[in-house]
Amino acid sequence: MKRKSFIAIAAILALALVFVGCQKKAAPAAAAAAPSLAVAMVTDVGGINDQSFNQSAWEGLQKAGTDLTIKVSYKESKQNADYAPNLETLLDAKNDLIWGIGYMMADAIKDAATKNPKQTYAIIDQDYGKDTPANVVGVTFKAEQSSFLVGYIAGKTTKTGKVGFVGGMTGPLIAAFQFGYEAGVKQANPKVKILSQYAESFSDAAKGKAIATQMYQSGADIVYHAAGAVGNGVIEAAKEKNKFAIGVDRDQNYLAPDNVLTSAMKRVDNGVYNVVKQLKDGTLKGGTTISYGLAEGGVDIAPTSSKLVAADVLTQVAALKQAVIDGKIVVPSDEAGYKAYKPVDITK
Amino acid sequence: MFDSIAFILGTTLMYSTPLIFTALGGTISENAGVTNLGLEGMMTIGAFVGAAVGFIAGNPWIGFLAAGIAGGVLALFHALASVTFKADQVVSGIAINFIGPGLALFLSRVLFKGSTDTPPLSLDKKIPRPLNGLFPDNSFLDSVLNQYWTVYIAFFLVFAVWFLLYHTRFGLRLRACGEHPRAADTLGINVGLVQYVAVCLSGLLAGFGGAAMSVAVVANFRPALISGQGFIAIAAMIFGKWKPQGAMWACLLFGAAQGLVIFLGRSDIQSVIPIPSEILSMIPFILTLIILITFVGKAVAPSADGIPYDKESE
Repeated sequence: MKRKSFIAIAAILALALVFVGCQKKAAPAAAAAAPSLAVAMVTDVGGINDQSFNQSAWEGLQKAGTDLTIKVSYKESKQNADYAPNLETLLDAKNDLIWGIGYMMADAIKDAATKNPKQTYAIIDQDYGKDTPANVVGVTFKAEQSSFLVGYIAGKTTKTGKVGFVGGMTGPLIAAFQFGYEAGVKQANPKVKILSQYAESFSDAAKGKAIATQMYQSGADIVYHAAGAVGNGVIEAAKEKNKFAIGVDRDQNYLAPDNVLTSAMKRVDNGVYNVVKQLKDGTLKGGTTISYGLAEGGVDIAPTSSKLVAADVLTQVAALKQAVIDGKIVVPSDEAGYKAYKPVDITK
Repeated sequence: MFDSIAFILGTTLMYSTPLIFTALGGTISENAGVTNLGLEGMMTIGAFVGAAVGFIAGNPWIGFLAAGIAGGVLALFHALASVTFKADQVVSGIAINFIGPGLALFLSRVLFKGSTDTPPLSLDKKIPRPLNGLFPDNSFLDSVLNQYWTVYIAFFLVFAVWFLLYHTRFGLRLRACGEHPRAADTLGINVGLVQYVAVCLSGLLAGFGGAAMSVAVVANFRPALISGQGFIAIAAMIFGKWKPQGAMWACLLFGAAQGLVIFLGRSDIQSVIPIPSEILSMIPFILTLIILITFVGKAVAPSADGIPYDKESE
């Protein structure tokens, strides 16, 4: 009797485990009739709802799932140590393409790609250069192009003739934002003075607030930031001083609806979608790094820009965007390029 | 010139306020003989609860109070581990530093549709600035004194904690527990109870410190908001010789150094004295070290600080 009830309980438990297992597996998969391909992504520690690039990547992947009838799923990483096991799980689940979202996963993706040469991987925000394994596609974004457009908006909108830029950490990555922006300001009005300063941090919001406050006190009325969480302080300073700030990476207008003039957006969703589409079409080439700019919809200005930016300025921005896409304007991404940059007359 | 001085003074006050709250918390706990390395974790949970409750309740003061309570509750675990179970206080503190941010992110996802950022508070829903609009915009007094209530509360609490520690019977008992718990016990003081109260008070203050970031310096919580402030506060407490006023001066010094660095980094100063911003950003830490080593001298902790008190042991 005792033995029987033990078996019964064991059977129920086993059944329960199966159901729990099913539930977990079923949740992230998008509905699709007969998926031909399977694509999965691993988030970095930000998680799937980070209101930033992980969320954006998942939106792009979901769109690809519906449009191209592909089976899509994701795995969240809670800490850096989760990257390798998550990639392993997705490898066992037989995916045609596995995404790593964010440069923090650069080493994990490279390791996995070297160990499993038959599996195709892709990674956001990472360019391995010459060391790109043959089964990895890197995806980067031309931040200087969106920065150029917001710089133009700043140069046209400023009333004091002074605008600011707050950078996170000094280096080529943030330099692309800075000099793209400064070139945009120059394009709008070469007489506008630009105050630039780095916080040497991506997290110290108080420092960002102090830097922006100083810029506003010395007469700037618009400050653009490319500084992660430091930028929260920049936007807060704009709120308190009732000036303008320009957001980065995503539409940051919700942080201060009256003060965030526009945002230089990175469209990770479009980047993910494009690569998955190439995979489906069979045109995806491993061992390369794709750089998405305005032309591919990889970067852009925020859709909420029309709330605070003058209509005629937005018309000019649209023309400017076309000029960049057509190659009439080559946006600089470093100091030397910026110094050599001469405003281009796009009406010709 | 006056503008620059005003800017540096204003930045000093803004920057040091969250540190002062937290350093005061550390001072109380350590004077009672319990090391509190968990201040960073308590600050993080305070920053989250302050912003989240402030947003949901629509009132920043409720958020601010809730932040203190949340910090105090987290501190209760530290007290449980280090006073009741006499565990290693360093290990317990580090555990708190993992639990604090983890819990904050988890609760944020539950409350705000999976987002790890809390929704931003508009200016009128933040802690008020009592002197806002009193002085002309960008005038000297405006730049220095147009601060959030949290700034003034922090300075009031420095006085309050000093009074508590040195001019009340409870303060005397608290310090006795930190210096010589056996003697305190012999005289009939409930050492465990005093330490529990002290540790919870330290959590309360660290929670306030976190909220001072999330509902005053900025207007929402996000994962990187508290990154290192708790440890800077611990350093300030040590440099301040475990005294509330000392901790306050150390925090102010650090804040002033940050203000100076930001001033030196502005474009027009950089064109005259170019210093790379990587070097500049190290100055607050180096300057604080040099000044404190040169002028303050040896810092001595309460003699029983960090040692669990065991009645039965010899």
